[in-house]
Amino acid sequence: MKISYNAIAQLLIALLVIFVICILINNLTLNLIKTGLGFSFAWLFRPASFALAEHPLPYSPSDSYAWALFIGWLNSLKVIFYSLLLATLIGTCVGLFRVGKNALLRIVSAGYIAIIRQTPLLLQLMFWYFVAILGIKETITSPIGDLLSISNQGTNFLGIKLSAEFTSLLIGLSVFTSAYIAEVVRGGINSVQKGQWESFRSLGLRESTGLYKIIIPQALPAILPGLTSQYLNLAKNSTLAIAVGYSDIYAINDTIINQTGRPIEGFIILLLSFLFLNLLISNGMELLNSMITKSNNP
Amino acid sequence: MPPIIKATKLTKSYSKGIFALDNISISVEPGEVLVVMGPSGSGKSTLIRTFNGLETFDSGQLNVLGIPLESQNNEERNIRRIRKRVGMVFQQFNLFPHLSILDNITLAPIKVQKRKKMEAEQNALSLLSQMGIASHAKKYPSQLSGGEQQRVAIARALALKPELLLFDEPTSALDPERVNEVLDAMRRLAEQGMSMVVVTHEINFAKEVGDRILFMDSGKVIETSTPDIFFLNAKHERSRKFLNQIKNK
Repeated sequence: MKISYNAIAQLLIALLVIFVICILINNLTLNLIKTGLGFSFAWLFRPASFALAEHPLPYSPSDSYAWALFIGWLNSLKVIFYSLLLATLIGTCVGLFRVGKNALLRIVSAGYIAIIRQTPLLLQLMFWYFVAILGIKETITSPIGDLLSISNQGTNFLGIKLSAEFTSLLIGLSVFTSAYIAEVVRGGINSVQKGQWESFRSLGLRESTGLYKIIIPQALPAILPGLTSQYLNLAKNSTLAIAVGYSDIYAINDTIINQTGRPIEGFIILLLSFLFLNLLISNGMELLNSMITKSNNP
Repeated sequence: MPPIIKATKLTKSYSKGIFALDNISISVEPGEVLVVMGPSGSGKSTLIRTFNGLETFDSGQLNVLGIPLESQNNEERNIRRIRKRVGMVFQQFNLFPHLSILDNITLAPIKVQKRKKMEAEQNALSLLSQMGIASHAKKYPSQLSGGEQQRVAIARALALKPELLLFDEPTSALDPERVNEVLDAMRRLAEQGMSMVVVTHEINFAKEVGDRILFMDSGKVIETSTPDIFFLNAKHERSRKFLNQIKNK
């Protein structure tokens, strides 16, 4: 019988992986024994006994840890969802300016992308929270009536009150992600053949019509995969909420671990909730992608 | 009637000292078929693309359909006024791959001329049958052969009822056996009296359909002759050399 080197190498790698997993499980078991708490999720149903500044659903400290975590998950979802919309909007505009005809807008958007991408997100969040929002001395109101007003207490947008923490996190995440989305959009648009631009121009179509009807539909298949990974990054980056004191799932989980002394269970919950959320995002985008690819190549 | 295109001393250079257009003056009369020939890099494409504002030029005067084009920074509205009346057909067809054949043709009439969808579609179908490809209306560009795609591109250019058609090497990207179906369509347009500027290497087409041959090299017009003179008795040594080369291909 002839045994190839390839088969031996594969076997060794498999053994190595199993070995590492065994070490990890052993480690976990030993540590669980050491804490003397065992492995259990029963604590989830004990009262949390801490207050939450923000809760989209009714919440009081006498509610369970499980409910507190769910509120945190909703808070995460809220900030991720709105940041995603805002980042896409800003990113698309900046990306279009970047490839547009207007030289001034091209330079400004290039500068925006450079500055945002080359400074840490944590720093940016700190800036938006401590400098931009908390630093506001007097309430800033939009020129048209009660559309939008911002103060160091937060934002009032069409009668909806948003906390200072939510506002700064929303702006910080959106601005940061928008710079990456802008580059994704630019790459997608540049991937469309130059002849397509010449073709619609020679038909007398306006630049905006051509962009909307001809260029963007063809750029989308190239944009979507990059957009998906930016969305996933945004979702994960939202855990930096803890830095500005926004009660997202990570911040609440952190408090709970401190109170209960159950980091392993806590992190499992955190892991699963993000896995679920990101699978939702990536599968949703995959669906969108296949719909667009199908309509492009019938 | 005033000329459809009047170019006076057009000059353009991409890099210092190398001219894509070198002091070019020509005019195209209504109903005329002007065939532009020359080796690659001679400025043929650049010239034809300045006629609908896809390329700018550095100096000189250009007037298309009575509308003057500035050398640089033309107002988009002004260029669009020309493009609405001048059709263009490209070497690579440049059909919109995500739109059906019918939508490729009706897009501009609906968006630019604000015509009704029904009316635009009827017109598109009659153009397609004129091109002999009416049965492909519901298909997408990738399902068609090169020759068929190019005929769709011609139909698309015709949909705006242009007064001038520009062809930029329309058969250069086609399989040899597909060349004639496109040339025949162009021939029929010429017979109907369409004014055309055609950049091509097709000698037979130039001979039979062209009213005048414009021969370019290094951005200069070397000679402008009728096909009879150009192909049998070219005035210029450079033209004869070029003709020998393409005949021996």
